[in-house]
Order: sequence, then C-alpha cells, then structure tokens
Amino acid sequence: MREFAYSRAGDLEEAGRLAEEQAGRFIAGGTNLLDLMKLEVETPKALVDVSRLPLGEISPTEDGGLRIGAMVTNADLAADQTVRRDYPVLSRALLAGASGQLRNKATTGGNLLQRTRCYYFYETSAPCNKRNPGSGCAALDGFNRIHAILGTSDQCIATHPSDMAVAMLALDASVETRLPDGGSRTIALKNFHRLPGQTPEVESNLQPGELITSVVLPPPPKGRHIYRKVRDRASYAFALVSVAAIVAVENGKIASARLAFGGLAHKPWRDRAVEEALIGQEPSEALFEEAADLLLKEAAGHGHNDFKIPLGRRTLIAVLSEATKEAAQ
Amino acid sequence: MITLTVNDTVHELDLDPRTSLLDALRDHLALTGTKKGCDHGQCGACTVLVNGRRINSCLTLAIMHEGDAVTTIEGLGTPEALHPMQASFLDHDGFQCGYCTPGQIVSALGMLDEFRAGWPSHVSESLDGGTELSDEEISERMSGNICRCSAYPNIVHAIRAARDERADKGESEERT
Ligand SMILES: Cc1cc2nc3c(=O)[nH]c(=O)nc-3n(C[C@H](O)[C@H](O)[C@H](O)COP(=O)(O)OP(=O)(O)OC[C@H]3O[C@@H](n4cnc5c(N)ncnc54)[C@H](O)[C@@H]3O)c2cc1C
Ligand code: SF4
Ligand code: FES
Ligand code: FES
Repeated sequence: MREFAYSRAGDLEEAGRLAEEQAGRFIAGGTNLLDLMKLEVETPKALVDVSRLPLGEISPTEDGGLRIGAMVTNADLAADQTVRRDYPVLSRALLAGASGQLRNKATTGGNLLQRTRCYYFYETSAPCNKRNPGSGCAALDGFNRIHAILGTSDQCIATHPSDMAVAMLALDASVETRLPDGGSRTIALKNFHRLPGQTPEVESNLQPGELITSVVLPPPPKGRHIYRKVRDRASYAFALVSVAAIVAVENGKIASARLAFGGLAHKPWRDRAVEEALIGQEPSEALFEEAADLLLKEAAGHGHNDFKIPLGRRTLIAVLSEATKEAAQ
Repeated sequence: MITLTVNDTVHELDLDPRTSLLDALRDHLALTGTKKGCDHGQCGACTVLVNGRRINSCLTLAIMHEGDAVTTIEGLGTPEALHPMQASFLDHDGFQCGYCTPGQIVSALGMLDEFRAGWPSHVSESLDGGTELSDEEISERMSGNICRCSAYPNIVHAIRAARDERADKGESEERT
C-alpha cells in the first residue's frame, strides 16, 4: 500500500475542507477502498475518515418517505423495522449482498460508490481504461464472464457490483450531498452513476470532495417487492444478474411496475419502456416475454458473458410471474 | 500514537497509518489467534468483534478504531476455562486444520447476537424476524467464514449445540 496522510473529520465542514485541501479521498467502512489500496489500484495521497460523522440516522421525511444517513451500515439498514415493513425490496437486496461481517462495516454512501469487480481492473499489470485511462481494455478480448451486456462502450464493459443500489433505483431514491464550498444538492439516483462512454474512469456525477450525506426514499410504493439475485454460489458472491421489482396488480391488470437490474451494466439499470409495456396489461407469459425482449433489445455479449442474455430474460420472466402470481390465480 | 482497547486492555501504539487492524493485533500486540487468510475480506479468518459487532479486521485501519472495544479469540476464554462456543467446537469436531476456527468462533458469537436482535437473513422466509435458527439459517449467516477443510457440517453442529446449551440455561438474553 502506498503512503497516505490520515485525518479524521469531526464535522461535515471539516470533512469538506480536508478533502479539498489535501485532495483527499473519503473513507467510510473502508471495505472497498482499502481492498483496492492494498493492490495499489487506488493510490490516494490522503484519506479523510468520515466514519464518525453524525450521519448514522434513519429518519422519516415530511412527505412520508425515509432519509438514510450515509454512514448507516448495510446491516443496520437491512434490519431497520421501517425498511423491513415498507421497503422490503431494499432489505432483501442488502441481505443478498456480501457477508454478515462486511455488512456490519459497509456504509450506504460507500456501497453506492464501490468500484467494479472486473478482474483486470484489480490486476495492475493488465491494460484497463478505468484504472489507467487510454491503456486499453483487457476484458474485451479476455475473460468477460461477469461483464456487462447493456450500455457498454468500446472503452469498458465493466458492471456496477452493488445490490443495494439496484433496489434503491427501483424505489426512485435520490442522493443528498454536501459540496466542498458548503452548498448542498440532491441528485436522483438514476442520474448518479454513469455509463462508461469514453471516460470509464468517471463513475458518478459527484464532484471532487463532494460528500454523500444521505439517501432519500420517497413514500413506499404499493405492490409486491421482490429482489432476485442469480450468482455462482448461494451466498457471499456478486450478482451475475439481479432484478429488483415492485409490481402492483389491480383488477387483474398490472397497475404499476418498477424494475431495476444489477449485473447487466456499468450502472444499476432501469428501462421505462419495459415498465410501460407492462402497465395496464393482464399478466401473462407472452407479456413477460415481450417485456424481456424490450429489455434486451440492444443487449450484446462479449463471448464468455453471452449467457447473461438468456439468463437476464429468464430471471425477469420468473420475477414477473412471482410478482403477479396471486392476481393471476 | 494511537490508543487501542483490545480484550479490555488499553494499548498505546505507534503505528504507520497503513496498518490494518489485523496486522496491529498480530504483529504489534502478538495476538496471533486472529488469522490472516486472504487479507481482502473474502474468507473471514480475521473476524473480530468491534463494539460487539463482527467485522473483517483485514479491511479496516487500526487508526480508525481509537476508542473502540475490540474483542479477539484470546478475549473469549483460556485453555483452562474455554468459552462455551470454543468448547462446543472441540466437542463437535468443528474443525480439521483449525486455521479458520478462531474466525468461525468469533463470527458465530456475533451472528448469534444478530439473530437474537431479530435480524432476518437472506434465507428467512419472512423479514419479521420470527425465524427459527435452522441449519440453513446458520449456514447463510456464517457464509462470510470460509473453511478450506470444508468442516462445515460440524461447524454448524457446534454452533447449534452451543446455542441450544445456552438457551437451556436460560441465558439467551445475556450478552456473550
Ligand atoms: C468479499 C466481498 C464481497 C462483497 N459482496 C458484495 C455483494 O454481494 N453485493 C454488494 O452490493 N456488495 C458487495 N461487496 C462490496 C461492499 O458492499 C462494499 O465494499 C461496501 O458497500 C463499500 O462501503 P464502505 O463504506 O466500506 O466504502 P469505502 O470502502 O469506505 O468507500 C468506497 C468508496 O466510496 C467513497 N465514499 C465512501 N463514503 C462516502 C461518502 N459519504 N461520500 C462520498 N464518497 C464516499 C470512498 O471515497 C470510496 O471511493 C463485497 C465486498 C467484499 C470485500
Ligand atoms: S472492462 Fe472496464 S474495468 Fe475491466 S479491463 Fe476493461 S476498462 Fe478496465
Ligand atoms: S483475512 Fe480478512 S477476510 Fe480473509
Ligand atoms: S478447519 Fe481447516 S480451514 Fe477450516
């Protein structure tokens, strides 16, 4: 690990100032950043420890939603009574991620900003545009079993590994931040992460030194909440494909559908056209096939990950069948 | 200089900021019961309790834990007076080579506290927390501890037995 200067921020103002003065990186749970620093994939000159900032609360918002502090751990968020009752898709997504030990450390803010698990991103001797812009992409013609099939570019085909963010995207969450100049802003989660394009090293729309302070969920949406994660082993593994679904059926027709996907793209993926095709329709296998066709219309495999196209299709159909099961009987 | 509280003893240490909590325990405090398997959060051999919660000590910096209470395997029992979870691993052959065992034992204690607090798991039918601690639940909740010898069946037996014994003694509400 390269040397770095360490400082602990006592309050938000100090966190912003330290990050700006030292061009420092925030460290919260450390479970992703330290992993990458040990391999010298990440080499920050300074770390600003934000883990003790007073951002550990989960509290109701005025309009009936929920505000989740950036330092709330994944374990506490999954176990929170309101989340379990009103936002079960989020509890389920969190519980499907990582391990008991990691969830006790991983934070809400850090989870959103965790980096890809692309093997070549981790291997400093390999070309990788994300780690070393302009060096090429070893995954394009290499082992790309875990890579993206939607929204890729000729520069990078990596996926975003988070489960939590997929559920939050289906819930229409937004991210609240504090800018180094003291200002604050709110970014819809759908506009938070970026596709790789020509700059795969830029993964979010945050500015340097901008601190995530909380994630806000709108009032709980009606319907069945499902999080389905398909992976290589039953636990403690990243998603090959995952689907977060919140689907409501009224009078035999789909009244609302929110669907977000993990493992398919450089960011948690959501496609309104798929949802619109379902709304107002009677649930049926044919309808679900049509939804899957729409979702995967532009999907492209890169060899080892070709299987993700049929896997994504089947997973979506299975989730939609489960979500509408009672209504169809 | 940083102050670390490990197994109720306060230590003053002069550490490079890069030192992981795991390396501080093993290399600076000679508490070598906590093992290093992968050093990347992938195996659980380094599990310790921090303020009662189980974490991977390899993926955190010692300097971030000033003032926290760290508990390692050495803080649970001694060879003469084993912690009931340690005794249960012996009674049920919950290990073969033993390398993953300290991590398994510490993780099991953290896991039982989480279960008693009503936390659901990925395999829980419902999220309401009213789950039985079945073997399937134990396996899922312990999935962050890998055993290269694959002693899993007896690890699950050992944890279940330790937990049943404590429940028999009516100690289920007590902190471990
Ligand atoms: C073996 C293993 C298995 C895993 N499996 C899964 C899985 O199945 N599913 C899954 O979703 N995740 C999984 N993870 C990833 C884990 O969820 C992330 O490492 C964790 O969520 C990161 O949170 P953290 O607080 O530790 O972040 P850190 O490591 O502290 O930070 C990560 C990044 O976020 C930045 N950051 C942190 N907080 C803030 C903030 N408030 N504002 C601005 N920037 C901030 C940091 O600068 C850094 O760039 C796994 C990890 C490991 C090691
Ligand atoms: S897919 Fe992206 S992260 Fe992986 S090697 Fe290519 S550029 Fe790097
Ligand atoms: S050594 Fe920490 S998880 Fe393997
Ligand atoms: S007993 Fe050998 S690794 Fe678990």
